[in-house]
Amino acid sequence: MAEMDTSSGGGHKGGSGVKKPKKLSTRIDLTPMVDLGFLLITFFMFTTTLAKPKTMEINMPYKDPNMKDEEKNKIKNSVALTILLSKSHRVYYYEGIGEDPTKPPEVKVTYFSQKNGIRDEIISKKKMVDGMKASGQLTAKDQMTVLIKPDSTSTYSDLVNILDEMNINDVKVYAIIDISQVDRDFIKATEVANGGN
Amino acid sequence: MGHAKLPRKSTNIDMTAMCDVAFLLLTFFMLATKFKPEEPVVVKTPSSISSIMLPDNDVMLLTVDTKGRIFFAIDNKLKRKALIEDINAAKGLNLNQAEMNSFAIGASIGVPLNQLKSYLSAPPEQQKNIDMSAPGVPTDTIATSEANELGAWITSGRMTNPKLRVCIKADGDASYPNVSKIVKTLEGLKVFKFNLITNLKAIPPGTAAYAEAKH
Repeated sequence: MAEMDTSSGGGHKGGSGVKKPKKLSTRIDLTPMVDLGFLLITFFMFTTTLAKPKTMEINMPYKDPNMKDEEKNKIKNSVALTILLSKSHRVYYYEGIGEDPTKPPEVKVTYFSQKNGIRDEIISKKKMVDGMKASGQLTAKDQMTVLIKPDSTSTYSDLVNILDEMNINDVKVYAIIDISQVDRDFIKATEVANGGN
Repeated sequence: MGHAKLPRKSTNIDMTAMCDVAFLLLTFFMLATKFKPEEPVVVKTPSSISSIMLPDNDVMLLTVDTKGRIFFAIDNKLKRKALIEDINAAKGLNLNQAEMNSFAIGASIGVPLNQLKSYLSAPPEQQKNIDMSAPGVPTDTIATSEANELGAWITSGRMTNPKLRVCIKADGDASYPNVSKIVKTLEGLKVFKFNLITNLKAIPPGTAAYAEAKH
């Protein structure tokens, strides 16, 4: 199949009498072509499987503008952890929902670091809630709740990172909430306490 | 026949068959590869451990770049055609057939509705240049307001294809308020379930998700 009769018609110039066409083998070495073929196959195989983007599914709670405040379910202070996302990827957090202005919560700052970051804080809070469940202070229905309040100075990657932490640490209940002025003041106060900027 | 002399066999193998197979596979992969749709802007998505695949069809893609500009796109040429006809009628844009076709075969839209006609009548190369300086689809926190054009696009998009899945592809450095506007718009349109496009990263060991994955 790979052979073709390409015996040239020219023949020998000086020859006398009958032309004796010289049969040249037309077998080409296909090895480089196969190499190239497989190289391209490898390329296409890798690009097809790796280029597929992954997605993170989020379900926002159903929001009805007509819903009255009394109908909204309240979160117990003891199960809640509030996380404030702020500038330069800083993460501020405090226990509870921080709605009592007379008793301001202790706001601490951390980062999305692998060690001693926000993850450790979430894990310890989770353990605390589990401990309270075991000791009967909380009912089995209570679940640790994380309130995520991204400030306007935070970036989208902060949001994805914190949502990812929720998945990583298997936090079942979490909500993204608009930041309030009170929380902004908390951040500012903590910044001042930590020496400005 | 004194002693048997093994005939020297040529070690040249016929490569034709192998070549055939290689190129057959190559053709298959080339045809099966779905090239990434052309992106108006370069977006570097953040990473997460989530490994849910982006669906192949029925995707509404909202791209947000670092500056917070929003680009709107849906897949499927026919659906795009229906969408632009719907928007054209709803907003009275007076687009002609050629401009609508330009939308159907085009990629993303990142211009306000009042610039849409001039954008679509431009040749494709010029459209790319416009994309560079395009202000993005205007949006707002109130979904139903007239100024929220993104809301109008999403509504029309979902009307033409109810199965659409909303995917937000935002740059990690996009500021939160810009993304939050989209989320607010979606919430206002009663879309509470959507996807964020992320890169895959490894699950950190020693965590709950890691233990789960090991099972």
